[in-house]
Amino acid sequence: MQISINQLRFAAARLVPNRGLVVALVLGPVMGAMLALGAVAAQDATKKDANEITIDNFTFTPKELTVAVGTTVKWVNHDDIPHTIVEKKTTFRSKALDTDDSYSFTFTSAGTFDYFCGLHPHMVGQVIVK
Amino acid sequence: MAKKRSDDRGQGLGRREVLECMVWAGTGVLWTVSGGVPHSLGMIGDALAAEPAGFTFLQMSDSHIGFNKPANPDALGTLREAVAKVKAMPIKPSFIIHTGDITHLSKSAEFDDADKVFSETGVPIHWVPGEHDIIDEERGKAYLERYGKGSKGAGWYSYDDHGIHFIGLVNVVDLKGGGLGNLGAEQLAWLEADLKDRSNSTPIVVFAHIPLQVIYKEWGWGTEDGTQALNLLKRFGSVTVLNGHIHQLAQKVEGNMTFHTALSTAFPQPAPGSAPSPGPMLVPADKLRTLLGLSTVSVVQGNKPLAIIDKTLAG
Repeated sequence: MQISINQLRFAAARLVPNRGLVVALVLGPVMGAMLALGAVAAQDATKKDANEITIDNFTFTPKELTVAVGTTVKWVNHDDIPHTIVEKKTTFRSKALDTDDSYSFTFTSAGTFDYFCGLHPHMVGQVIVK
Repeated sequence: MAKKRSDDRGQGLGRREVLECMVWAGTGVLWTVSGGVPHSLGMIGDALAAEPAGFTFLQMSDSHIGFNKPANPDALGTLREAVAKVKAMPIKPSFIIHTGDITHLSKSAEFDDADKVFSETGVPIHWVPGEHDIIDEERGKAYLERYGKGSKGAGWYSYDDHGIHFIGLVNVVDLKGGGLGNLGAEQLAWLEADLKDRSNSTPIVVFAHIPLQVIYKEWGWGTEDGTQALNLLKRFGSVTVLNGHIHQLAQKVEGNMTFHTALSTAFPQPAPGSAPSPGPMLVPADKLRTLLGLSTVSVVQGNKPLAIIDKTLAG
């Protein structure tokens, strides 16, 4: 998926110097809009990246995630019920995430971070930073 | 619906039949307390059929004002229906106990909407917070500003009415990872002191959002240190425990203690373990109101036990 995105962006970039002006003159804003839409759709398709943790059915997935120092991890809530992300030693704590809300935290130091949902503490997960 | 009801009246249904119908519909729990030994008469108890000579109070729960997902796109609307049931009761309850999750997201507008509709009952209300009521930016400040007057800590308190000692506990703050609901050392110390000088014959009604007893650990349906609170209550001849949170009826009698959980007025939740998660349960629209409701508690001074009657909104 990542490869196809790069190809798309690369192709789009090539269009501009070569035939961009002609295309723009002939097809006008229609083509421009289509190109823009294509780029947005491609980005959406890769939204769930390796550093994203989803919440479905009161469960963090993946339950354990290993990342490098400096990585930003994003939690996304897909439930109909709000959840919060609270690190055990309160290194980080999100506000309440309603349906489809997300929270991101950048891990600047190595360690093991146990976290849970502050509203439903039986929901637990772990981020290992190396 | 309104026409059907007037037809029923035309057929001369007695109050008992009407109330039984309301029970099947699911609006609340009616409680009767008597003689110090609480005991549930079940969903369609005789408590309502008998003229309550004592006093009655009502339990309402889990209104989730602001919830608008498919399981119930109009939680304020179903609360209005529940409040209409209260207003139509032949004998007005002395007060309402709300066992938490007044709102869905602790927003001011949600609290405003809830207050406006609840005030139409014209009945005093005793509140405890659910976890959904303390997720404002300042984690509980909004709740305490509205409902915390005269309370301690995160909002716990007690009061006496008709010879019964009522205790409102808060078990939704400072939850620990991997754990359940939590009362905490400070609240337990307060409870111990609160009970210290009371005689064993004082009937006790204790209420909190999350069940004090563990109902289903896998879904967090219980209170980590709930047993410590129940141990402090053991010596009393009559203890009734009222909770919400699980959006369904569960009743249990254990020695002198009666446990009861209430229906939500917003959306049902699945039975323990019957679904992948405890989230809102989507049911056919025509079935929703049979799974929402409130409970009336009738307290008869004398030798009769406390009785609970649950009513659904479908009646």
